[in-house]
Amino acid sequence: MQMPPLDPDILARRGEIVAALKAIVPGEGVIDDIDSMRPFECDALSAYRQLPLVVVLPETVDQVSAILRYCQDHKVKVVPRGAGTSLSGGSMPVGDAILLGMAKFNRILEVDYANRCARVQPGVTNLGVTNAVESEGFYYAPDPSSQIACSIGGNVAENSGGVHCLKYGLTTNNLLGLELVLMNGEVVRLGGRHLDSGGYDLLGLMTGSEGLLGVVTEVTVRLLRKPSTARAVLLGFPTEAGAADCVAAVIASGIIPGGMEMMDKDAIQCAENFVGAGYPLDAEGLLIVELDGPAVEVDYLVARVEEIAKGRGATTCRVSRDEQERVLFWAGRKAAFPAVGQITPDYMCLDGSVPRGRLVEVLGEIRRMSRKHGLRVVNVFHAGDGNLHPLILFDANDPDELHRAEQFGADILRLCVRVGGVLTGEHGVGIEKRDLMNVQFTDTDLDQQMRVKCAFDPDHLLNPGKVFPQLRRCAELGRVVVHHNKIPFPDIPRF
Amino acid sequence: MAGTIKPRDARELRQAVEWALNEGVTLDVRGSGSKLDIGKPMRCDQVLDLSGVSGIVDYAPEELVVTLRAGTPLREVEALLAQRKQMLAFEPPDLGPLLGRAPGEGTLVGTIMGNFAGPRRLSAGAARDHLLGFSGVNGRGEAFKSGGRVMKNVTGYDLSKLLAGSWGTLAVLDEVSVKVLPAPDQTRTLLLLGVDDAVAVKAMCAAMGSPYEVSGAAHVGDRTALRVEGFAPSVEARVKGLRDLFPDAKMEELGTLESRAFWREVRDAVPLGADADDAVWRISSAPSDGAAVVARIKAAQPFAKAFYDWSGGLIWLALPARDDADHQVVRAGLLGHATLIRAPEKVRAAVPVFQPLPPALAALSARVKDSFDPKGLFNPGRMAGV
Ligand SMILES: Cc1cc2nc3c(=O)[nH]c(=O)nc-3n(C[C@H](O)[C@H](O)[C@H](O)COP(=O)(O)OP(=O)(O)OC[C@H]3O[C@@H](n4cnc5c(N)ncnc54)[C@H](O)[C@@H]3O)c2cc1C
Repeated sequence: MQMPPLDPDILARRGEIVAALKAIVPGEGVIDDIDSMRPFECDALSAYRQLPLVVVLPETVDQVSAILRYCQDHKVKVVPRGAGTSLSGGSMPVGDAILLGMAKFNRILEVDYANRCARVQPGVTNLGVTNAVESEGFYYAPDPSSQIACSIGGNVAENSGGVHCLKYGLTTNNLLGLELVLMNGEVVRLGGRHLDSGGYDLLGLMTGSEGLLGVVTEVTVRLLRKPSTARAVLLGFPTEAGAADCVAAVIASGIIPGGMEMMDKDAIQCAENFVGAGYPLDAEGLLIVELDGPAVEVDYLVARVEEIAKGRGATTCRVSRDEQERVLFWAGRKAAFPAVGQITPDYMCLDGSVPRGRLVEVLGEIRRMSRKHGLRVVNVFHAGDGNLHPLILFDANDPDELHRAEQFGADILRLCVRVGGVLTGEHGVGIEKRDLMNVQFTDTDLDQQMRVKCAFDPDHLLNPGKVFPQLRRCAELGRVVVHHNKIPFPDIPRF
Repeated sequence: MAGTIKPRDARELRQAVEWALNEGVTLDVRGSGSKLDIGKPMRCDQVLDLSGVSGIVDYAPEELVVTLRAGTPLREVEALLAQRKQMLAFEPPDLGPLLGRAPGEGTLVGTIMGNFAGPRRLSAGAARDHLLGFSGVNGRGEAFKSGGRVMKNVTGYDLSKLLAGSWGTLAVLDEVSVKVLPAPDQTRTLLLLGVDDAVAVKAMCAAMGSPYEVSGAAHVGDRTALRVEGFAPSVEARVKGLRDLFPDAKMEELGTLESRAFWREVRDAVPLGADADDAVWRISSAPSDGAAVVARIKAAQPFAKAFYDWSGGLIWLALPARDDADHQVVRAGLLGHATLIRAPEKVRAAVPVFQPLPPALAALSARVKDSFDPKGLFNPGRMAGV
């Protein structure tokens, strides 16, 4: 993975930069010895590692602002970091950049039940928000599998989703406001407790911007009332195609389940060995469909889903009888990644999205590629919204396997784009898919995105080397080419 | 009178913008022109009429997505979706009559450009939440795209959010992909009768915080309306649950057809009963502040008329005509934003139509505008002040 060349001038000025940071963040907030920086050398895409220039852990917005202003003035690069669970290398350090950790921003500032929102600091974990409001019957809907660990700031930067976003939306649909610090140190507030602020929707733009536009220092999230009932249905199919057809049929019938997940045979096996959720081991494809709402609605929908599934040849059909069993049905799915981790030294988790109607074809194609590259693949994914998570099994200690895994992954993502999908549904581009951006976008598309970046960060100091395959200078991007006195388009109708 | 250019496809659209760039010609970008009178008045060299770039490109009901060209009438899209029992869940309003025009004009892309949404904003989001992707032309005459046709997509910046609500000032779209959802089988509305504004807002917030999935909460006159939609058995149970929340209230219920008519009117601001020359404002605030915001305005302007949608978070307000549309009264102490939706051109020229932004945010927004349209070709000044 090629990162931009390190700036020798910055490396030479390390001592001076560390001293400047220590003046801004007193005490233990600046970490500059190598051993203490080790825990920060990678995110959850752990095949790639890099020590940062220095780690700084500010505690106040003023400190964040002062750090960024200093960095802007001295042209020092900055990598923002939440909990470091990014699967795309989004928070991987850069050797000549400060790693700006937001972990100390860990307070829930206010919960407002009347307006169903909470104001939280970005270092609060995703689950921490739900835990804080659960006693009143509320929750925060986007629920990435990493929710125990990942931070809300990271969720905003990645526009994270979870099994429930089929019905309740991604992070971007569940935010009301943000406070952020721009690279020049300015503090800006977007939104609030109201909906749809006037002006450009910078809140929407910030969400999913992968730490490239600003540092988020406060988030106002929407809270939802917990549904009174939720039940999960386990549906086993003799073929993957049967399971995939069932997904399409449920949606086409007008039902939007709370979640609809799919696992292939190997995933079922791994998960079953790992947690013993009672999955049918004879099935080639397993669906977990969650239905939530008032009890009568859930009963009604469960019956309809069962009927649809049987019509598509389901051989197993089990409905959770109580909360304990529902949680058990999910336990296998939620532990699927670590479960797969048990049978392989390493795995690479991909994240392309495809139109639901192409699922069967795509799964078949992935199997063929698996044979071609000589690497096993396991599929566990958000079937309801066509978001695939093929896990490629390999051994990172074998450079050839790592190389083949990378090739295989790239092939899968190209396939996703070819069938009308996209490179990443929820994990972000980061460094992982950076060099594939040209598969989905033209240079003009990417230039327009980079120009937006320039509006926030004209020197490309924030999270450099991520998302864009090739950085172009803002001055160059800003040039407008005008051909005066040429009207080559006389045939467009005019009035 | 400015001349009009009317491209027939994406290629001609791009050529038209290229031409405008080369000639230094500013463009008044229009779909059907139904929302012409919203925003700051503009003086443009040419009208760029998109009604010729029209039609459905692809509709995949089982994928929950429709792709269409920019000039496609909203009504055409809605009729198509209705055939498959689907809908645009954000309930695009028809503000034609409010703006002194015929009903049923307007394009879907025009609705998206204003980021409008009806009562279901509360539970389903606004236009911004349903725009999955687009292609268009920026102010450099370059064709570009963003997003896609799938539900989950975090590849690159989410420029769709930025375009929604940009009033045509960033880029000219030629094609959009929009998320659709199943239309509810049944709709029921519970009306609480004889309720004052403050009590109404409390009741709406309580209903929204209940597990009964209320998809509309409006207060008109002394009636508070709570909407429940979905499958029959579920609707039944939830309405009962809601009734039990308000044991002392006098109540009535509207069935599916009556409910549809009622919420359509709420969506289109009909209950406001604005006189022909009233100034009309759309104010967004925290729901629980709604009644206080209206009380404050009424104290200064006793002839104000208002009703509430979005659980109190959206206030439609009509004020007797004045040269400044009482903008200071409306915005004093407001934690939220107020948009002057309807006022004579001369008034809109004089007062900030959109909520003014703090300086750092205004400067950032200007840089964002510049990143799309450096020469200011598209709808110059329409969002002035933000
Ligand atoms: C086992 C496992 C399961 C996962 N499951 C899911 C899943 O189901 N769905 C899903 O969407 N993701 C999933 N993820 C990915 C990951 O958890 C999410 O992307 C998460 O949002 C990252 O949060 P974080 O706090 O760890 O961010 P980090 O990894 O620290 O950072 C992620 C990005 O956010 C930026 N960033 C962080 N904080 C800020 C801030 N305050 N201001 C500006 N930028 C900031 C960083 O620069 C970086 O670009 C999973 C990861 C793991 C390891």
